[in-house]
Amino acid sequence: MTPWPELRTNTMLRHVFQRLLMTVPVMFGVLLIGFLLMQVVPTDPAIVRAGPTATAELVQEIRRELGLDQPLYVQFGIYLWRLLQGDLGVSIINNVAVTQELGGTIGPTLELMFASLFWSIPIGIALGTIAAYWRGSVLDRFVTALSVAGGSVPVFFLGLMLIWFVGFQWQWLPFTGRGGPLWTVEGWRSIALPALTLGGVFIAPVARMTRTAVLEVLGAEHVRTARAKGLSESAVVLHHALRNALIPVVTLIGLQIGFLLGGAVVTETVFSWPGVGRLAVGAILSSDFPMAQGTIIVLSLGFILVNLVVDVLYVALDPRMRGG
Amino acid sequence: MQPDLLRIEGLRTVFKTSSGLVRAVDGIDLSVPRGKTLGIVGESGCGKSMLSLSIMRLVPPPGRTVEGRVLLEGRNLLDLSTAEMRQVRGGQIAMIFQEPMTSLNPVHSVGRQLTEAMHVHSPGLNASALKDKAIAALKRVRIPSPERRFDEYPHQLSGGMRQRVMIAMALACEPRLLIADEPTTALDVTVQAQILDLLRELQADTGMSIILITHDLGVVAEMADEVAVMYAGKVAERATARELFEDPQHPYTLGLLGSVPRLDEERERLLAIDGSVPPPFAFPEGCRFNPRCPFAIAPCRAELPPLREITPGHQAACIRAPVENALSLESAA
Ligand SMILES: Nc1ncnc2c1ncn2[C@@H]1O[C@H](COP(=O)(O)OP(=O)(O)O)[C@@H](O)[C@H]1O
Ligand code: SF4
Ligand SMILES: [Mg+2]
Repeated sequence: MTPWPELRTNTMLRHVFQRLLMTVPVMFGVLLIGFLLMQVVPTDPAIVRAGPTATAELVQEIRRELGLDQPLYVQFGIYLWRLLQGDLGVSIINNVAVTQELGGTIGPTLELMFASLFWSIPIGIALGTIAAYWRGSVLDRFVTALSVAGGSVPVFFLGLMLIWFVGFQWQWLPFTGRGGPLWTVEGWRSIALPALTLGGVFIAPVARMTRTAVLEVLGAEHVRTARAKGLSESAVVLHHALRNALIPVVTLIGLQIGFLLGGAVVTETVFSWPGVGRLAVGAILSSDFPMAQGTIIVLSLGFILVNLVVDVLYVALDPRMRGG
Repeated sequence: MQPDLLRIEGLRTVFKTSSGLVRAVDGIDLSVPRGKTLGIVGESGCGKSMLSLSIMRLVPPPGRTVEGRVLLEGRNLLDLSTAEMRQVRGGQIAMIFQEPMTSLNPVHSVGRQLTEAMHVHSPGLNASALKDKAIAALKRVRIPSPERRFDEYPHQLSGGMRQRVMIAMALACEPRLLIADEPTTALDVTVQAQILDLLRELQADTGMSIILITHDLGVVAEMADEVAVMYAGKVAERATARELFEDPQHPYTLGLLGSVPRLDEERERLLAIDGSVPPPFAFPEGCRFNPRCPFAIAPCRAELPPLREITPGHQAACIRAPVENALSLESAA
């Protein structure tokens, strides 16, 4: 009597594999766009690499070395080949390999995402379910008002408010940088405000989507059947209404990934959180194109990966999608 | 004679809506004898489903049962606590619905939905006992290879199979009363006949009573021992099935019979009913059928006719019943 769906492992694996294959052209597109972006920027990497005092011959030399004298498609081939070897070039600012710098930021970003979603998704779902079940009640109106208000608060504003009050006025929690890994007290304390910020703005859309989805399922005939069987209201709501509502909710959460990534970039910047987002903003502001390109590739990869996870979850939740 | 299993007295269920008070069930008295089938017929919108949901206390909001009693073996269901009522649902009274496609939860396996119902009413059983019981229930409704079906999902079954699963689920806890709300309306004719046969067999095996709701007089003729004809939230006529078909008393019943094609009998098409059921927030004054009734006379518009006995055990809510009189007057005129 588990409330969770029975996973049919083999059809599931096949599905994951199919979806992975489908991400290949998307990934290719992302790389192509990243590559073309580098072509339209006004900076010549050879000149940057050579330094301000270099002679024209030296620049020419470097250009040949980097393959910049080749036709575009060859350059793209070289670029892909380097990428496959984990070579995304070096930072224009400090000559550190882009991959090296990126490698250090992915962990903190994942940490922040996890810490934000870990609390906000369950709360959003719970609020939405409560609002739907007691539709029209004071509770429902409260949740609706909260999600309208919450949905219109910009990430940076919430972040700044938290910094001002919790961090600065009351001095309860630190508000810059990462104190350490998640399993340390300092790690927890330092991630609290960024996670409250990023999760906080995510509660409203999740609650709203859940409310709509649960309301819809509560009116379904199979819910009436569940009640006619003599099930308790909690079983009806959890196992029949919410369980079915999770299908659209997961899909809709998936559609919010872009919003979440954008929010992460802002949150990291506001809290000086050493993640991919902050790196991206820094790179763009300092015209560090190879670095910017690297962060865009990583963020896109993240986007594709989360979509894949959502897709798999979706199939896990809905037996009708499993075929057979 | 044993008292009836279920007695409904003065039941009234209303919806407060912006267009007015919808009197979906408006003072209904009925009884369901033990081991017998009560057919409830009437056009769509006359309150059949709301009547059955009122018995189960599952009227969707903003609907509310505001008056009356529902006595199951003498116990008024409307007075029970919600916990006691849950024991009745699926325990003593079970229900199946019109749409087998949407009445089962698409995300849970057949087995899970079956065992869930059983688990509520016999919490002592462990998982394997529940599974055995569920497979036995699937066998009982003649589902082939029940072991395999146990793990399947509703979308993998045909409409007829789904309705069988619904029946298996409803009968899992051996209810005294099965309410079947248009159980075959959504099915094609052959499957419909199979499901009706199955219900009859199961009734013979278990001795349960059935309330069979339908707008199809053919189904009533085949299944029901007693019949109540509903119109606009009220009972228009009540009789044994035999009486009703042989000697209908209410003009509305006459109209319904006139529009049912019958092979075994050469009933001339007496009347066809024009118009449709009036919206329940705007019932006409007097007899609610009067705007559509070919027999209507001035007094019909004055007062709502009560259900009264025309011949022993046969009631109709019409001031001009018995209709023979009305018919002869009509032809004399
Ligand atoms: N949620 C609701 N709000 C207002 N009126 C309703 C609602 N549900 C049903 N009704 C009204 O109750 C009446 C009886 O409906 P119902 O019992 O479903 O009819 P039947 O099953 O005989 O077709 C209908 O006239 C319908 O308009
Ligand atoms: S009371 Fe009058 S209007 Fe109503 S059914 Fe009888 S004859 Fe028709
Ligand atoms: Mg109905």
